[in-house]
Amino acid sequence: MPADLILEIGVEEFPAKAMPSTLAALAERGRHALNEARLVPGGVRAFGTPRRLTLVAGGVPDRQAPVTVEARGPAVKAAFDAGGQPTKAALGFASGQGVPVSSLERRPTPAGEYLYAVRSDPGRPALDVLAEILPQLIAGLEFPRAMRWGTVDFKFLRPIRWLLCLLGSEVVPCAVAGVASGRETYGHRALHPGRVTVPEAGSYLAQLEGAWVMADQDARRRAIQAQVAALAAEVGGVVPADPELLEEVTQLVEYPTALRGKFDARFLKLPADVLITTMKHHQRYFPVLGGDGQVLPHFITVRNGDATGLETVRRGNEHVLTARLEDAAFFYGEDLKVPLADRVETLAGVTFLEALGTMADKSRRLEQIAAGLARLAAGVLPGLDSALAARAGKLAKADLTTAVVKEFPELQGYMGREYARLSGEAQAVCQAIDEHYRPRGAGAELPGTPLGIVLAVADKLDTVAGCLGVGLNPTGSQDPYGLRRRAAGVVATLLAHDLPLDLKAAVGLVQAAYPEAVREQIAAALPAILDFLRQRTRGLLAEAGHRYDVIEAAMGTAGADDPADARRRCRALERFRAEEGFADLVVGFTRAYNIAGKAGEGPVDPARFTEPAEGALYSALERAGPPLRAALRAFDYDRFFREAAALRGPIDTFFTEVFVMAEAEAVRTNRLALVRDVARLLGAGADLSKLAGDERVAGEGR
Amino acid sequence: MTLQEIIFTLHRSWGDRGCLIAQPYDVEKGAGTMTPFSFLRAIGPEPWKVAYVEPSRRPADARYGENPNRLFQHHQYQVIIKPSPADIIDLYLASLAAIGLDHRAHDVRFVEDNWEAPTLGAWGVGWEVWCDGMEITQFTYFQQVGGLEVRPVPVELTFGLERLAAFIQGKASVFDVEWLPGLTYGEIFRQNEVEQSQYSFEAADVGMLLKLFELYEQEAKRLAGLKLILPAYDYVLKCSHTFNLLEARGAVSVAERTGYILRVRNLARLCAQGYYDERERLGFPLLKEAGDGAR
Repeated sequence: MPADLILEIGVEEFPAKAMPSTLAALAERGRHALNEARLVPGGVRAFGTPRRLTLVAGGVPDRQAPVTVEARGPAVKAAFDAGGQPTKAALGFASGQGVPVSSLERRPTPAGEYLYAVRSDPGRPALDVLAEILPQLIAGLEFPRAMRWGTVDFKFLRPIRWLLCLLGSEVVPCAVAGVASGRETYGHRALHPGRVTVPEAGSYLAQLEGAWVMADQDARRRAIQAQVAALAAEVGGVVPADPELLEEVTQLVEYPTALRGKFDARFLKLPADVLITTMKHHQRYFPVLGGDGQVLPHFITVRNGDATGLETVRRGNEHVLTARLEDAAFFYGEDLKVPLADRVETLAGVTFLEALGTMADKSRRLEQIAAGLARLAAGVLPGLDSALAARAGKLAKADLTTAVVKEFPELQGYMGREYARLSGEAQAVCQAIDEHYRPRGAGAELPGTPLGIVLAVADKLDTVAGCLGVGLNPTGSQDPYGLRRRAAGVVATLLAHDLPLDLKAAVGLVQAAYPEAVREQIAAALPAILDFLRQRTRGLLAEAGHRYDVIEAAMGTAGADDPADARRRCRALERFRAEEGFADLVVGFTRAYNIAGKAGEGPVDPARFTEPAEGALYSALERAGPPLRAALRAFDYDRFFREAAALRGPIDTFFTEVFVMAEAEAVRTNRLALVRDVARLLGAGADLSKLAGDERVAGEGR
Repeated sequence: MTLQEIIFTLHRSWGDRGCLIAQPYDVEKGAGTMTPFSFLRAIGPEPWKVAYVEPSRRPADARYGENPNRLFQHHQYQVIIKPSPADIIDLYLASLAAIGLDHRAHDVRFVEDNWEAPTLGAWGVGWEVWCDGMEITQFTYFQQVGGLEVRPVPVELTFGLERLAAFIQGKASVFDVEWLPGLTYGEIFRQNEVEQSQYSFEAADVGMLLKLFELYEQEAKRLAGLKLILPAYDYVLKCSHTFNLLEARGAVSVAERTGYILRVRNLARLCAQGYYDERERLGFPLLKEAGDGAR
């Protein structure tokens, strides 16, 4: 009869941040292992608390499903000798299959008659199979920093202390890391010391509940959310949504009881970011905000246990937070004694990267690069002022020597903005200092103001080009300087604002800002740097759902180094590829493109035309040229492809009626030059030869 | 509970669990882990259980006795048990209960925190333990020491005694902590904090310290070459402390810092390997019972 399977790995306090991925792997690999073992379960789930990882599989059969295994052996004519006795080939095959020769079947096949061994595997008892596969399942879980403990030769993220393994009411007999399986588990450390004996898999969750353990993380998360919201509401506040903190807290407790504490209102003069970081990052407290978004002098923490001694716990936490806020207030006060701009020279004591100098050097470069970028982007980003950009560049890193940022590195940029504001810097400069670190995480907010965009791009390109220039390239999964993330941040920012910017020119600004030795290295690495950026553009365009061939067509143009421009080309191509006749244009372009390489650089001479179709294509090209080039200048690719349609007929007629590779050299050269001009004009919009699929197949008629 | 009673109670608690109650080691050091009782004894297959108080000097943390929580010298309570026992967390919670922090009445949590000591070529994994939101213990399973994989694995517990006592006594400043009735921490140590701060930041003779570093380094190498591992290790500790003083004094640039750390680490590795070799040559004397500690 099918029964529930429970595998509980009892561990010393498991790191909260590793829990979600570990549980996902446990469920996924558990399901896979059971299916592979022909013990197909009804459903599989994984639960986790700090002290346990649990796999629950419903309706696991008590035996493996039976199977019939067939194997083809030697041909019949090779299997028996003249006397009808089995040959070595037949005997060997039968013994290899573990069956007597007499049981081999003769079956006709297209290649003649062959021997077959047919075995039926009735399946083994589930307990035996589980005893083999479950230890493998546990040993197969992977962790970035696994550890050893005691004397056992086994690695896991934290020590394994017990193993509960039940199929229905039977213990699955196995062992992992020197720990034998049984039917014992443990409840909450403080509230239910001692073992809990589980008679039957079905009672596991309820028994844990009785031992003060909420095993289901979803239930725990919901309980925390509800308690936290209720405590915040009591003081007229709300707790801003913070899935990451909520998840971590959920994985730090087995039985949650939220409590609210308060801190002295005099600390409210600290910037909100400082208050929130002190509470959140150091103490895993939830901050409480009032209706106006202001921080209230309360915090909510989640205790692992019930309400026993809650007053003591509250006082302790208030005491700790007060000490932390005292520190923060002291640091903040010290920082305010020095205007932000005066800190720039102290950056000489902060290394950026050994090969690329100090943060003072970076600050000087950012001043120059940001101003240059502001001029470069002036046409597309209204209201940019290159003097302000230079100022923002100079101050961007100045907060790194403040006491608050030394204490809370995650506040870099936020404190710069705050201190810049208090030092009387322009609002746009303050905002740009904050925004230049964006995006601060995967999918996080991008820079939004013109100056913020310019400074973010300047800072990231400075790091990317500098590192790639001196050979600090990412390798495989290792990207210690975050170059991929930074390059993707640049591309994502330009795409989000549909902001055409020539990254080649931008990297040129970076290059010019570095001292000569590095400048030369960047120059040498320039193709690799641009390619690195192009890869990010390709990646983000593909992520946005553009087809790879469309992306390649767009990237085969001057748009390769301008992400927003490349995307406009992709979008226009996608609109036009559906239109009637576009396929023919693609075919015509591709034919022209394929032979254009044979052409020289000489101009087309209409006097040498011998066929009417040549003249017709030439004048169509003359007519289409100016509007096509105007569309390119306006980055308007819809217009470009609309105008390009006018060339379709003349190109078709040309290739139908004209033999390009004429014998007479003068005629041939002239025709090749014409084809070349067609390919160049159309190719400036997109490299249509890269388009895969239906159009070309249909167009060429095979 | 006075700081003195906390020490007595922890000694009793860990002594009853079979730990040697050792005395502080007489060479300057930045952390309890650096004494031979932890660093060297962690190496090799021999079992080891020890607990001791270790005065630890951190010149860069000196604050002229003005910051309520930061000190030039603080006292660590250090426990090392090798191999790590299966019930180590229960033992630990019992020792907390003994000093008045019963985990049933408080909120005790284990928050992931891995430990790394670049100058020692050592790292481990574990937690910082929070009591009602206060970090009270660093709990570490050593994985590598002096560049050597440690097997069996030792577990290390480190309590910062000043902070722990301030928490237990409800004091906002460690200087107000009662070491024994009628005598505060400040009364005993404030003058030391002030003078050592002045020394670390203002008066230390950089030229002399640079020379000493070189001399200590040479001596450590020479002694390690003579297989005099314990004397060699004393000079490694002196190198490490001298480097800490130079750094507090602002005499080490960022670029030079890595180089100094590497030099100390190389010495630590030399001693770690030398210690292992010597214990092996002696037949790992503490492996008294068959199979004890070893596999």
